[in-house]
Amino acid sequence: MAPTTDPPGSPNLVGERPRSVPQADRERADRELRPARLRVPDLIRLGGYGLRSRPLRAVLSALGIAIGIAAMISVVGISASSHADLDRKLAKLGTNMLTVSPGKTMFGKQSTLPDDSLAMIKRIAPVQSATAIGTVGTVHAYRNDRIPVAQTNGLSVVAAKLDLLTAVGVELDRGVWLNEATEKYPAVVLGATTAQRLGGGPTVYIGGRTWAVVGVLQNAALASELDTSVIMGWPAATKYLAFDGHPTTVYTRSVESQVEAVRKVLAATANPSASTEVDVSRPSDVLSLRRATNATFTSLLLGLGSVALLVGGIGVANTMVISVLERRSEIGLRRSLGATKGQIRTQFVGESLLLSMIGGAAGALLGYLVTGTYAMTQKWPTVVPLWVLAGGVGATVLIGAIAGLYPAIRASRLEPTEALATT
Amino acid sequence: MTSSNGVAGHPVVELAGVSKSYPGGVAALRSVDMAVDYGELLAIVGPSGSGKSTMLNLIGTLDRPSSGTVRIDGYDVSALSDRQLSALRSRRIGFVFQQFHLAAGRDALGNVADGLLYTGAAKRDREQRAEAALIRVGLGKRLGHRPYQLSGGERQRVAIARAVAGDPPLLLADEPTGNLDSVSGAGVMELIHELNAAGTTILVITHDREIADSLPRQVQMRDGQVV
Repeated sequence: MAPTTDPPGSPNLVGERPRSVPQADRERADRELRPARLRVPDLIRLGGYGLRSRPLRAVLSALGIAIGIAAMISVVGISASSHADLDRKLAKLGTNMLTVSPGKTMFGKQSTLPDDSLAMIKRIAPVQSATAIGTVGTVHAYRNDRIPVAQTNGLSVVAAKLDLLTAVGVELDRGVWLNEATEKYPAVVLGATTAQRLGGGPTVYIGGRTWAVVGVLQNAALASELDTSVIMGWPAATKYLAFDGHPTTVYTRSVESQVEAVRKVLAATANPSASTEVDVSRPSDVLSLRRATNATFTSLLLGLGSVALLVGGIGVANTMVISVLERRSEIGLRRSLGATKGQIRTQFVGESLLLSMIGGAAGALLGYLVTGTYAMTQKWPTVVPLWVLAGGVGATVLIGAIAGLYPAIRASRLEPTEALATT
Repeated sequence: MTSSNGVAGHPVVELAGVSKSYPGGVAALRSVDMAVDYGELLAIVGPSGSGKSTMLNLIGTLDRPSSGTVRIDGYDVSALSDRQLSALRSRRIGFVFQQFHLAAGRDALGNVADGLLYTGAAKRDREQRAEAALIRVGLGKRLGHRPYQLSGGERQRVAIARAVAGDPPLLLADEPTGNLDSVSGAGVMELIHELNAAGTTILVITHDREIADSLPRQVQMRDGQVV
């Protein structure tokens, strides 16, 4: 190659015959030289060819996106399924239950409810039903008489009225509930947890006497204290265990619209002489509160999911950058075949979009399966909200576009001659 | 060697005072004047470094001259935008490269059909024209073969089919036999003669004197100038 000898600004036209004026030339070019538009199916096919030429790499970088999306969808899905289950439970149990229990006296001592508090509460007009249990504080329940006295298993012995089950909304797991006969004799019904801890034998040992187990309850969602109780009849407790007859918890059901009104008068009704020493609570509120706790946990996991998604997006961008470097000669060839810069750019953005959307679709499916499996093991309904699916798709589109844009611009800026020079 | 079918009253390729220098002061072309009429078959021949690749890039509108005028099919390249140049290439110029530049994952038909992607033709139309082009180059029975299943000569035929499938008036072949053995090379040259006989203007860029001499016209290049 010889060094340049051209004077700058040498005349452009060395034509011998007169040419059409440049203006007319330009008009002809504007009229006749219009690049054809790439159709969307062709774009999708182009992306597919690009990805298929390096299948393993495509799968791995799509996997990053898939994991991020799956994490987000399953986190939201599991939490939504748990809420759906809670709603279902609440609908079944009702939210009209209020419980009354003794609080502390002014001096910090444990207070008691008057013996006639149950009868007085029943007189409140909107109260549909009321029942009570009383803890027999002096004794504990054991599997048999060989168990050391200190080993109480955290269980309590309670006396209950016969209408307890319907008022609280708990069902029998096996056996029978107490009746007018068995409530007077040494017979007990065990809470769900109690049955596990005492080993499910036919008898238990309470206060120097063997008691027959006649039934076992299911979990009591609105009265979880029953789960760890050994329940006997009110008369039997009085007769055999010197029970003082003070109710420790009164369960009430009221007309749904009047629950708050009942709540206001409940304390004064239960213990007119010391209404400040009475605790009133609404167990369904406690259940609902669990949601708020769950929500905090969910947002933490969502944050982790979005980090995974971000990392996945970086993986896609990385794949696309490498792809552009490797496919310089393809880019050069396409330019020689008549691809415009814009078409090259569109091709690579399209490829990136396709890659991340494949990952997103796989992730959505995976997230749904994880949610379904988890919900099944928990006996929950499977719920994946539509907004999270839409959000997942939106996120993948966004990630694909952002991750592909820079590599695509680099690809389109490549000079055709330079691109073709690389083999 | 002026052909009789110079339809538009202008040559298909016209270089007037064309120079090309690269940053760093290297002059690859120095004031080249040349015209190619429709229907011609010619060789641009010269040793490596003589500027013939630069000629190919300028004639193929892949690059613009530093000074002078390049006219392709009557269009002044310097007056066209990048988009317009792309459109010009998609319909009026076919390229054949020494390295074939075939997509490994696509069969012969797909490779040729993809060459028509930027003409705006629909998929079925592209495939029909690709099949016709492959039959034309003698590969009618190799439509479904991937490049690795083809011999070097066959691969170059696929590349030629891709270049001519859109019926461009101008075909640029850059060392088309450079990677081929002499038998396949002779076959490819024969095909080039056939295509020219059917009306396509063909420029063959080569350093091989023997190939150049087999063509009706030679343009000799040395040190960036036509000798």
